Amino acid sequence: MESDNKYSNLQSSPQGQKPSDIESTTPRTDLPALRVRDLSFYYGKTKVLDGVSMDILEQQITAIIGPSGCGKSTFIKAINRINELETKVQVKGTIEFFGQNLYHPRVNINHLRRLIGMVFQKPNPFPSSIYDNVAYGVRIFDRHPRSQLDEIVESALKSAALWDEVKDKLKKSALGLSGGQQQRLCIARALAVQPKILLMDEPCSALDPITTMKIEELIQTFSQKLTVVIVTHNMQQASRVSDYTAFFSTDESRIGHLVEFGHTTEIFTKATNSRTQDYIQGRFG
Amino acid sequence: MTNPDRAKQYLEVEHNLFQADPKNLLLEQGFTWLVRIFAFSTAGLLLWLSWIIFQDAEPAIAQFGSDFLLSQNWNVGELSFGAAPFIYGTVVSSTLALLIAVPIGLAVAIVTSENFLPVWVRSPLATLVELIAAIPSVIVGLWGIYVMIPVLQPLQLWLYKHLAWIPLFSTEPSGPSMLAAGVILAIVILPTISVISRDVLLAIPLELRNASMSLGATRWETIFKIILPASASGIVGATILALGRALGETMAVTMVIGNSAGINISLLEPAYSITSVLANEFAEALEKLHIGALMYLALILFVITLIVNLIAVLMVNIFTKKIN
Amino acid sequence: MAKSLLDKSLETELHQPLGVGRTLFSWGMTGIAFILTGMALLPLCSILLEILRQGIPNLGWEVFVSLPAPQGMTDVPNGFANALLGTILMVGIASLLSVPFGVMTGIFLSEFGKTSTIASGIRFITVILNSVPSIIAGVFAYAIVVITTHQFSAVAGGFALAVLMLPMVALTTEEALKLVPTSMRLASASLGGNSFQTTFRIVVASALPGITTGLLLAVARAAGETAPLLLTALSSQKWPDGLFSPTASMSVLIYNYANSPYPEQIQLAWTASLVLVGMVCITSILSRLFARKRSLVR
Repeated sequence: MESDNKYSNLQSSPQGQKPSDIESTTPRTDLPALRVRDLSFYYGKTKVLDGVSMDILEQQITAIIGPSGCGKSTFIKAINRINELETKVQVKGTIEFFGQNLYHPRVNINHLRRLIGMVFQKPNPFPSSIYDNVAYGVRIFDRHPRSQLDEIVESALKSAALWDEVKDKLKKSALGLSGGQQQRLCIARALAVQPKILLMDEPCSALDPITTMKIEELIQTFSQKLTVVIVTHNMQQASRVSDYTAFFSTDESRIGHLVEFGHTTEIFTKATNSRTQDYIQGRFG
Repeated sequence: MTNPDRAKQYLEVEHNLFQADPKNLLLEQGFTWLVRIFAFSTAGLLLWLSWIIFQDAEPAIAQFGSDFLLSQNWNVGELSFGAAPFIYGTVVSSTLALLIAVPIGLAVAIVTSENFLPVWVRSPLATLVELIAAIPSVIVGLWGIYVMIPVLQPLQLWLYKHLAWIPLFSTEPSGPSMLAAGVILAIVILPTISVISRDVLLAIPLELRNASMSLGATRWETIFKIILPASASGIVGATILALGRALGETMAVTMVIGNSAGINISLLEPAYSITSVLANEFAEALEKLHIGALMYLALILFVITLIVNLIAVLMVNIFTKKIN
Repeated sequence: MAKSLLDKSLETELHQPLGVGRTLFSWGMTGIAFILTGMALLPLCSILLEILRQGIPNLGWEVFVSLPAPQGMTDVPNGFANALLGTILMVGIASLLSVPFGVMTGIFLSEFGKTSTIASGIRFITVILNSVPSIIAGVFAYAIVVITTHQFSAVAGGFALAVLMLPMVALTTEEALKLVPTSMRLASASLGGNSFQTTFRIVVASALPGITTGLLLAVARAAGETAPLLLTALSSQKWPDGLFSPTASMSVLIYNYANSPYPEQIQLAWTASLVLVGMVCITSILSRLFARKRSLVR
């Protein structure tokens, strides 16, 4: 009920404030987990996203769908600012994390990335043991006694439904695991640092259908404690796992933008925009 | 404070993006600066090296000026120094080396990049030629004295006997000679040419070759008309790089060139190179002017190799850009 | 009728041999290429055979533990223990000096500068530095260390070798780091790792075998260098006496004894060559083993 209220003022801009005015440096947990306002994104000088505004609510699963090249991947990479590492980027508009502008110059970017974790398209475990993979993120922030670290690793692996498969070979190389196991290890690794938001960039695109099912089930268990944003090109997946769905598309100028955003059930049954309907019914893209 | 207040405060701390982390920040910035400083020092080393050599050559430059380059007289006792014989020796021996090594190196590159031979012969063959580069040049020089010169001497005698009317072979050979230096330098630079040329040839797109073959050209016609022209800048780059190596090579040359200062057109006559005189005289130089003259020679060698290598690197870069 | 005519001409076309000229050219070029390749291999085989033939007879425990015998004395043990120690000592000094700078420069080029103008500039200078003749490095070390300390020394020799090793280490480190997939860096960053943690705990740790390979190749090159040592470390008949005194090395010993009038010294030069080539070979094989380990991880 509460979340529905928050959703209702989504399309209108926040009262009395222009998006760029918000420069709060204290978190406001009464606000949506992510509030995106008029976000435009450039790689170098090339514009790839134009004017995206949406609210992503706490402890909900939000799916981002759209044809390839529509900027959906760019969008979630902008949320934990990981695309800055690869190329020069330029951002206009704001993304707020519980009321704090992500692109504020004084943001502790390492802390930000810890609070907003990410799972990538291809499993990318470090070439070290299963245990060290999960413990890596925990170790870089704090020294923990061994027993406490063991507990964190175990609970992270359990949350990723991997514990039973690997508990006897924690010291073995993570590269010996199957693709699906590696991806769940990456999920466990991301969960171990207790993020508030988990971004998933097509996490199942490199996996077979059975493993995909497993990971989908897993994602659904997260919603009690975690906000999830998942990019997917698989519409069935979006309809199965998510509470909200955002449909991105490109216009003639090849710049991505948000076409429609709402409850998943609504988007999939009675989308208001004809392009959304076309895409969902498989008529293009 | 009431419980909800505390809970709210806790939540705010947990979600705060602005949490300062001075220790980590210091570590990260310190590390970034450290890496920069080290990287700049590496680049600075080349500047430092140039400056030091120039500075120490200064007394000799002041004394002899540009006459140094043309004067043939090198006499430590009289403190008169001229670089001409050494420059001549370095240039001629390196040119000889290129004349010998380029065709051979190119042949190796072609044989090991074309499919004349099965792969299990081809790659070990390439590695084997590469192995020459791993042998310390002082050992190549030792081999030069005891194996190569005795083998070369009959050839030198034959050249003198039958072709003495050509100025290049007009003096009686005694063993160590400009020719011997050229041959041994060719051996030393061979891997440079063959390895880089092979990489260059392998980088030529397969479609180019297929297009030529499908028009009915034979393999060698394809090599000469398509592949070699397409890889020309890369091969020239490899050759210039090899020239740089030949100009700077010290031990192998010193051991077989004969170390006799003088300009003689005959290749069968002993000669002297810049590197050899540096190796032979530096440790014994006491007079400031003598050291200065040697530094001047080092500076000349440094500048020549610098220019040659700059050109080589640019050529290879041009080739890489063209291919990509 | 027309069809059979076409068939016939096609058949003759397909079975028509190449012209004599073109055939001869093909065969001739193939022959020449193979002869030249054979010529390329000849010196290598000859050098290796000669080292074995001349070096092995004298190879015994004695050469590794004794000092060089005084000239002309044939009844005392003759060896190059001091030179072996000197080479190890100077290569050690060179590694200590060059590895921190080289690895850090490699890290800068691969992780921090990447494609920036500054990084391209530093990379270019490093490539040029890598092609500076070794004797020039010797002259530089002479000017910096020998002239200032008024002493030929192991430190001067080590410094000269460090100048040669540095660009090699830097460039091979960069290559090794570039082979680490970007996804590793992104994974570390997305867990909150800063550039220091990402670089050392993930990138350098993953590239360690590759870095070691480059290091060993640089060590192998330095161990065989002679020219820079001639004017910095000089040579010595005695055990190394501290870091600031003339120091013997394997390569300089080979050079000094190569033209000796005494057969036993020439003999020792060959044996030293065998040992030096052996050292270089072992280092190269070790480096290949490290390289293989890297490919297994992948």
